[in-house]
Amino acid sequence: MGLGLVESGKMPKSLIKLLNISRSYSLWVYQWGLACCAIEMGAAFGAPRYDVMRLGVIPLPASPRQADLVVISGTVTDKMAPVIRRLWEQMPDPKYVISMGSCANCGGPYWDSYSVTKGVDQIIPVDIYVPGCPPRPEALLEGIVILQDRIKNEDPAKRWVGEPIVVQ
Amino acid sequence: MTSVTDRQKLQYIAAQAADARVNVELETEGMTLNLGPQHPATHGTLRIIAQLDGEQVVHAEPVAGYMHRGYEKLTEVRTYPQITTLVNRIDWLGSFANEVPFILAAEQLMEVEAPERAMWIRTILFELSRISNLILFLGDMGVQLGAVTPVFFAFRDREFVLDQIEAATGGRFHPNFDRIGGLKDDLPKGWLESTKGSMDKVREFCDQIEDLLLGSEIFQARTRGIGIVPADVAMQYGLSGANARASGIDWDIRRDNCIGLAYPELDWKVWKHTDGDSFARFWVRIQEVREAAKMVDQLCDGLPAGPVMAKVPRIIKVPAGEAYVATENPLGEMGYYIVSEGELTPFRVKIRSASFSNMSITPWLLRGVYVPDIITILGSLYFILGDIDR
Repeated sequence: MGLGLVESGKMPKSLIKLLNISRSYSLWVYQWGLACCAIEMGAAFGAPRYDVMRLGVIPLPASPRQADLVVISGTVTDKMAPVIRRLWEQMPDPKYVISMGSCANCGGPYWDSYSVTKGVDQIIPVDIYVPGCPPRPEALLEGIVILQDRIKNEDPAKRWVGEPIVVQ
Repeated sequence: MTSVTDRQKLQYIAAQAADARVNVELETEGMTLNLGPQHPATHGTLRIIAQLDGEQVVHAEPVAGYMHRGYEKLTEVRTYPQITTLVNRIDWLGSFANEVPFILAAEQLMEVEAPERAMWIRTILFELSRISNLILFLGDMGVQLGAVTPVFFAFRDREFVLDQIEAATGGRFHPNFDRIGGLKDDLPKGWLESTKGSMDKVREFCDQIEDLLLGSEIFQARTRGIGIVPADVAMQYGLSGANARASGIDWDIRRDNCIGLAYPELDWKVWKHTDGDSFARFWVRIQEVREAAKMVDQLCDGLPAGPVMAKVPRIIKVPAGEAYVATENPLGEMGYYIVSEGELTPFRVKIRSASFSNMSITPWLLRGVYVPDIITILGSLYFILGDIDR
């Protein structure tokens, strides 16, 4: 981006603001649907009642290589974990992760299961946690709005890192 | 110099030679195609490794287990009321239907019977979860064929059914409403009328899907005669539910072996189709949604009065014994085999889920089909990964 101008921190403030606004309203979401939450994610992204596209989010990239944001929705099992890590590594920077539902957050109702990974944050860094089992589609939209706010106030020189936020 | 006719003659010979060469040289190569583990056609995470010869599948092997959560082990350390919360999430589209056979099996062991009103409300919610499950299938089948519009209709009209489930139980997805001996609560005021209103929307949706998909020439070309399961093969692989009925097997647990639900008192029909192809499976399910809407209307009209909870002890200890109860879930036969030793938790629970058997036919069914038809066949078999892997 800009031959290292963004990373060096020498870009004018107003240009950075413009860049951030345009980034926040053209988020390409890769849908990583795993379990029950995948259907609620489908409702948030596909149902006319919720309709995520009015927020400037495009939920249909062909591959993770075109995506800015990945929504991990559902139970992450130990068998699935390496695949998730691999696809996250294929996404171009800056990339964001929303962990949707109790299972992806911490294991959820399978907290004592032998085959479930207790939280996707053990594998990849998470930006937004959306709690619920499963969360309502509105909760996922709230998470996306919070993420957009965060992108708008970002300083690209700091390499897009920050503390994770939990949707209340 | 050659004349025009000569040139035509030469061209004709050249074309013939080219055709002949193609016929000789058109060799196919083997290739391994990996589908999944993340693929929209599988409603979750099924992986299929297909050995191809040209564009035809020689051998397809499903790899399950990406969604294995260890249900049968977890049930051994949960009390009976806690297990209801857990089994909700096996088939996540028809959650309430998963609770019912487990509760019925536990009731059989405890020798408790739910009051009649609870039985009827259970049946209503059972059918509502069937509708919410199958509506998504009807829309999703379009997506497998490249038609994106039907799934938007499906999500739109599914919300009306989910609203009703939420109003009665408090949960859009996982109601956790069934208790041993009855239900958690009675229905809210005005619920029956609004449910009947939403059934009208469901019937409208079925008509719309029939217009959009069923009559479409492309849809028929892609589904008719593709993925045919003969009745005897379906029996051998243990197919159940709409998949078996689409192969001409006249078998429905709701009619033939109904335990603890109000189906014998209703006027309804078991639909079947003799073709056994992808089209038949779609057709049977669209009729099932209509039947379910009809049943909900009848149930709302004839709902008996009375309590919704029988007398059960505060701390539930199930006496020692074994019980197996199966019901006709949206995906097929789902049963729980409970072994109890008189403790707070069951000794062992074996879950017979429909999708596992329905999926196990894929190596047989996918042999010899073309690559684009893999998706159609998988979509029309309609399994849910939580139901396969548990």
